[in-house]
Amino acid sequence: MKLNSQIPGGPLAQKWTNYKDHIKLVNPANKRKYDVIIVGTGLAGGSAAATLAELGYNVKSFCIQDSPRRAHSVAAQGGINAAKNYQNDGDSVFRLFYDTIKGGDFRAREANVHRLAEVSANIIDQCAAQGVPFAREYGGTLTNRSFGGAQVSRTFYARGQTGQQLLLGCYSAMCRQIGAGTIKMYPRTEMLDLVIVNGQAKGIVTRNLVTGKIESHSADAVVLATGGYGNAYYLSTYGRGSNATAIWRAHKKGASFANPCFTQIHPTCIPVSGDYQSKLTLMSESLRNDGRVWVPKKKGDKRAPGEIPEDERDYYLERKYPAYGNLAPRDISSRAAKQVCDEGRGVGESGLGVYLDFGDAINRLGRKVVEERYGNLFDMYHEITHENAYEQPMRIFPAIHYTMGGLWVDYNLMSNLPGLFVIGEANFSDHGANRLGASALMQGLADGYFVLPYTIANYLATQKPGSRPKADTAEFKAAEKDVADRLNKLLGIRGKKTITEFHKQLGKILWEHCGMARNKAGLEQALKLIPTLRDEFWNNVNVPGEGGDLNQSLERAGRVADYLELGELIVTDALARDESCGCHLREEHQTPEGECQRNDAEYAYAAAWEFTGVGAKPNLHKEPLVYESVQLAERSYK
Amino acid sequence: MNITLRVWRQKSRHETGHFEEYEAHDLNPNMSFLEMLDVVNEQLTKAGKQPIAFDHDCREGICGMCSCVINGEPHGPENKVATCQTYLRSFKDGDTITVEPFRAAGFPLVKDLVVDRSAFDRIMQAGGFISVNTGNAPDANAIPVGKEIADQAMDAAQCIGCGACVAACKNASAMLFVAAKVSHLNLLPQGQPEKSKRALAMVNQMDEEGFGACTVTGSCEAVCPKGISLSFISKLNRDYLGAMLFR
Repeated sequence: MKLNSQIPGGPLAQKWTNYKDHIKLVNPANKRKYDVIIVGTGLAGGSAAATLAELGYNVKSFCIQDSPRRAHSVAAQGGINAAKNYQNDGDSVFRLFYDTIKGGDFRAREANVHRLAEVSANIIDQCAAQGVPFAREYGGTLTNRSFGGAQVSRTFYARGQTGQQLLLGCYSAMCRQIGAGTIKMYPRTEMLDLVIVNGQAKGIVTRNLVTGKIESHSADAVVLATGGYGNAYYLSTYGRGSNATAIWRAHKKGASFANPCFTQIHPTCIPVSGDYQSKLTLMSESLRNDGRVWVPKKKGDKRAPGEIPEDERDYYLERKYPAYGNLAPRDISSRAAKQVCDEGRGVGESGLGVYLDFGDAINRLGRKVVEERYGNLFDMYHEITHENAYEQPMRIFPAIHYTMGGLWVDYNLMSNLPGLFVIGEANFSDHGANRLGASALMQGLADGYFVLPYTIANYLATQKPGSRPKADTAEFKAAEKDVADRLNKLLGIRGKKTITEFHKQLGKILWEHCGMARNKAGLEQALKLIPTLRDEFWNNVNVPGEGGDLNQSLERAGRVADYLELGELIVTDALARDESCGCHLREEHQTPEGECQRNDAEYAYAAAWEFTGVGAKPNLHKEPLVYESVQLAERSYK
Repeated sequence: MNITLRVWRQKSRHETGHFEEYEAHDLNPNMSFLEMLDVVNEQLTKAGKQPIAFDHDCREGICGMCSCVINGEPHGPENKVATCQTYLRSFKDGDTITVEPFRAAGFPLVKDLVVDRSAFDRIMQAGGFISVNTGNAPDANAIPVGKEIADQAMDAAQCIGCGACVAACKNASAMLFVAAKVSHLNLLPQGQPEKSKRALAMVNQMDEEGFGACTVTGSCEAVCPKGISLSFISKLNRDYLGAMLFR
């Protein structure tokens, strides 16, 4: 297999324009002759479905939730970046591009990121026209806030619910097309396999989650927009239903999986309160502007925080990183929290937490100012923990939040399987080894509104109208049989352990050995533990119920079975990348200050893995990352 | 703490439902209500019984997927939170908690605590949008929106589409849901061209879906996890009346 990134020629800033000037088009009368399947209805899938339908294609849209409005993009809080330069503070397409490349520690594809920055401004226009109620100045113009990794104010927002409002924008655009009959919507429907006909992606096999019915759908092209795979770690800030099944089944059908070990761990989440915990909630990073992070100096100090005198507190970020203090970068802060907890100095019942203390800020600024700045976050913290952060420090701990890795795609956002497109968090292309805040919403909408609608035509124009297979060919029947056999196998085990028990065990292995810091010995151990756990799963899992109705256990079992395979690939990739970059800190490669030591000579590539069988060593294909316009530099924010 | 749960179990809408009692022991007051259901489901699975089906996803109060009537109140005892943000510290040790699905003609039951809220999607498809194709938009700052109007629109736009308003209403009316979406779009300059058509189409679809009439008792506002204001129903009524008079 040879990976061809299809990056257009010409200078970086003209590539997208040149590309659009020369790609193939589908004429308006022919568009209605093409069917496109889109799986997932988050920002990427929803915007793509609406836009392709507006253009005249027949869209079939699938989601696992009861309505397309519920995809987990809805939970994004902070905002969306765009190079509008409305603030007149020196922002530009190039600056947004460069910040994103640098934020990703020089492991993203230059041409894709530049295109992302170019279309970012159009996204804001489109969303405003749809009625997204962005925050405004009194004069009626849009307002901005600042976010990490940038020196300009380019983040647009709708209170703390930017993701919700952008998603409802996509959803309403979809509703218009569903009403017009150009999108056929399949809610509560899960994609369980990809169907390849003559080497091209031509359909999917789904399970109706209410009736259990297995069905095939054919199309001229298939688009996956199913988000990230962070739930492999069990506890994360993802929605409980978010899963990797669609991309993993596509991977098993031949789509390469790129940089699976690039998983973002966010430093400020509310810690786990017990082993019943089902998910983690993010607290905005902005809190570290005024909060001071500390733990007791003594191991196992169980006194209440207020009873621990100043000289017995270790403000470890200020101590270790005097220049940055509490505003040390995300990866450093996360790792430092892990270290003090590993030393037995963590706080809270579980010992996995550190204090984020606003005492000094309240003394300095007064409670009112702190309330104005962070009131809604303090309320949210109170709702979950029932603790008053004005009176006692918050407890925070890092958590899995996003995955930069995903299915490999070329400049067209097409995987190595012709006809299979992958957009949004599900692909790997734009964030390198670390994503900046407020960039996930930007990428999802860029892909769906402004990139895929062009690039998919370049593929569809090569397909004769009406040439798509019917959904009853041998390939579809075989895939349906595989899906049914697998479900029956899961239901037939009737073992002793629950699905959750396996999922928690896998999550623990990944978190311990492939979390905030990774090393060779730990990764090698994980590579022994995961296959053993997977074997045990297939012999001893208890999946109650039947396949012919709503069976949430069966749904989860299928997803956990996939994580047990994907988990091994995550670790394999982390072991193979013998350097540190962005989120991926290999303990063997760090500066004395604990910064990542990149190895550009050997690892300036995207690692695209080819599936060779469950438990078999996957083949590694390297796409070299060639930088034409930026200098590879040490990622320093000092 | 220990809790006794009385949970509505119903295999499908074609079969009769009934309450079943479960004991949940050694619970932590910091557990969320749904985490308690997770624990009970683990127990049921281990005992060879069928776990309780319930809808949930984000578990941070924003996706609108979770539902449930808890002790007679949609989304449980606390104000302005969804079921997923309800914690056991809102209950007492030894309590018996009754858990039912949202009950309304417009929300047919699927299984146990899961109902079909696709009627809301169809109401949205009737007019809950601004007709602007991708690529047609003018520069975002070309359409100024005063801060007060933008804030009001945002207040309405916060609706998470959970359906608690319907479950709380004695008439199972969907007025608060419809009012929130109509108000969000009709307040904004972008929404003006389709203002009347939108109000008519969405209200008509609501009626067709079998939701009842609104008598403004305000029970919807009281249970709304986002605190959507009853005043938006007045706004909808004005827009609807205007549309009827001038169509």
